[in-house]
Amino acid sequence: MKHIQPVNRKAKRLAEWVAGSRDEVRALQDTDTPFGCTTVFAPGWEVDSGGGTHGLCQPIERDLYDCYHSCYWPAQVPDGLTNWPSWAESCGAPMNDWKNIDLVFP
Amino acid sequence: MKLRTRSHRRMPTRDGVFVYLPDSASIMRLDAEAVTVLDRFECREGLEAAEYLAETGRGRDAAAEVLEELCDVGAIRPVEEVRPPSSSLPPMPFPLATLVLNVSSRCNLSCTYCYEYGEDKLPGQGEGKRPASMSPETALRSIDFLFESARGRRDVSVTFFGGETLLNREAIEAAVDHAEGLARATEKRVHFALTTNATLLDDDIIAFLIDHRFGVNISIDGDRASHDRHRSFKSGRGSYDTVVPKIRRLLAAARGRTRPIGARVTLTRPLPNLRDLYAHLTHDIGFDEVGFAPVTSAPNRDHALLGDDYDDLLAQYSALADDYVAAALEGHRHGFSNLGDLLRELHEGVNKAHPCGAGLGLVGVATDGELGLCHRFVESEAHPIGDIENGIDEDRRREFLEKGHVNRKIECATCFARPVCAGGCYHEAEVRYGDASHPNLHYCDWIRAWTDLGLRAYARITDANPSFFQRFERTSS
Repeated sequence: MKHIQPVNRKAKRLAEWVAGSRDEVRALQDTDTPFGCTTVFAPGWEVDSGGGTHGLCQPIERDLYDCYHSCYWPAQVPDGLTNWPSWAESCGAPMNDWKNIDLVFP
Repeated sequence: MKLRTRSHRRMPTRDGVFVYLPDSASIMRLDAEAVTVLDRFECREGLEAAEYLAETGRGRDAAAEVLEELCDVGAIRPVEEVRPPSSSLPPMPFPLATLVLNVSSRCNLSCTYCYEYGEDKLPGQGEGKRPASMSPETALRSIDFLFESARGRRDVSVTFFGGETLLNREAIEAAVDHAEGLARATEKRVHFALTTNATLLDDDIIAFLIDHRFGVNISIDGDRASHDRHRSFKSGRGSYDTVVPKIRRLLAAARGRTRPIGARVTLTRPLPNLRDLYAHLTHDIGFDEVGFAPVTSAPNRDHALLGDDYDDLLAQYSALADDYVAAALEGHRHGFSNLGDLLRELHEGVNKAHPCGAGLGLVGVATDGELGLCHRFVESEAHPIGDIENGIDEDRRREFLEKGHVNRKIECATCFARPVCAGGCYHEAEVRYGDASHPNLHYCDWIRAWTDLGLRAYARITDANPSFFQRFERTSS
C-alpha cells in the first residue's frame, strides 16, 4: 500500500493479508458475472448464478434450481431457459414437492 | 456502490494522521491524500464511489488507488455491507491458563472499602459458610486440576489471592512445591504471582518469593495519610508504618531477581494527587510499577468516586501519561502500569470478545475448592461454575461466556473502545447492575476518554521513537 502504512502488530498482519489477497485471486462476485450457460466460462469458483456465495448449494434444492432456472451450471438437470421452461411447475415448495418433478426425455 | 467510513479514531502526528480501526484493532498511518479521501466519505448516508471518482477529474486513477487501499484495510466500506454477527466462542472446553487460589478469606486488616467484607460483597461472600483457609490438600488438588485443564498449554500460572494470602503460607508452599514437580514431569513452565498487604512479609517469605520468581503485587494506597485513611488494622491503627519497612526489605532483596514488583493503589474519594503518590511509591519506596484502581462500590458510599472525581482522575492520568511519553521518547520505561497495560494491548492490536479471561482461560478457586469466574466471584453465589473435584461445569461456562460476548452487548456495537473494553469488568457489572454480562454503561465516557488518551500516547511515542514498543513484543511472545 502506498498511502497507508501499518503501525501496530495487527495492522502489519492486516497489510500482509491485503497484499496476499490482491496478488492471488479475486472473488468472482466482485466482478460482473454474466447470466446464462452459453456466456459463462465457469472457472470452477463456487458462486451462484447471481454472483453470490451465500448458501450456495445449501440446501440441495437451491443448487438444483440455480442450475435449472438460469441454466448456469452444466449439470444434468433440464435447461429451463429454452427447452423445458415448465419443468418445475408442479413443484411449488421443493422441500415438500420434490417428488413431483419428473425426468425429461430429449 | 455507496461507501462510507467505518467507525474509527484519529490521532494527529507530526506528519500525517494515525487511525485506529476498531473492527480489526489495527493502527495505520495515513498520508495527506488518504486523509482527504477519508474525510470525503465521512457521511452517514454514504457516497457513490463512481460519483466521487468522477469529481476527481484527472486525478481519478490516483484517487481510485487511495480509495481501494482504504477499502482494503476496512476504513471505508459499502454502506449496505452486512457483517455476519459472530458471537461464537473458541473451541470449548477452552484450556485453562491461570488459576487464582483464594488461599485465605481471612484478613488481618480491616480496610473500610473492602468489597469482600464491606457492604458491597456479593451474596454468599464472607458469610462463614466455608473454611476461612484453604487446606493444603485442597491447594494440591487445585494444582492437579489446573495441570489437567491446561492440556496442551506450555505455560500455566498460579496466582494466590485472599483475604490476606500470607495468613496461609502452608497452602501456598504446598501448592508451589507440587506445581513445580508437575511442571517438571509434564514439561510445562509454571509461573507464580501473589497479592499481599505486606504486613506479614519476613525474611523467610521474602526468600521464598524470590526463589520461586513470584510476581508480587502489593496493596498500598500511597503516603502515610492516604494509606492509613482506609487501610487499617482492626484496632483502627493505620498499617503504613508496619508495611513500608517490610516492602523496602522485599524490594532490596528482589532487585533484578524477580519479575517487577508492583504497587496496587485503590483510589477513593477525595482523590489524592496521583503524580505525587506515584513519585512516593517509585522514588521514595522503590516500586517498579504502580497501578491504580478506583474502588469498586455502590455509588452511595462515602468513599465511592463520583462524576467530578472521574474527570479529575482522567486529568491526573493524563499528567502521568505525559510523564510516560517523555520517558519513552528517551527510551526509558515508566512504571504507570495502567497505561503500560493499555499500550501493550494497542500495540498488539488486541480485539477482545470478552472483557477479560474470567471463565475462559482463568478461574478462581474458593477455600473449599469451589470454582468461580475469577477471584472476585469466588465464595459468592453469583455464577458458580463447578469445583476442583468435578471440574468446570461446561454448560454453565458456555452459557456465561455466550452472554458476556461483546457482540451481545448492543450498546458496545459502535464504540471505538470496544476492542480493549468489551463491556468492562464482570464483577463491577454484578455489583452495579446485578448482572455480570451487563455492559458497564456508567463509565463508558470515561473508558472512551481513557482509550483515546492511550491512543494519543501510542501515536506520540511511535511517531518519535518507533522502536520503543519492540520491548513489548519480546515480553509478550
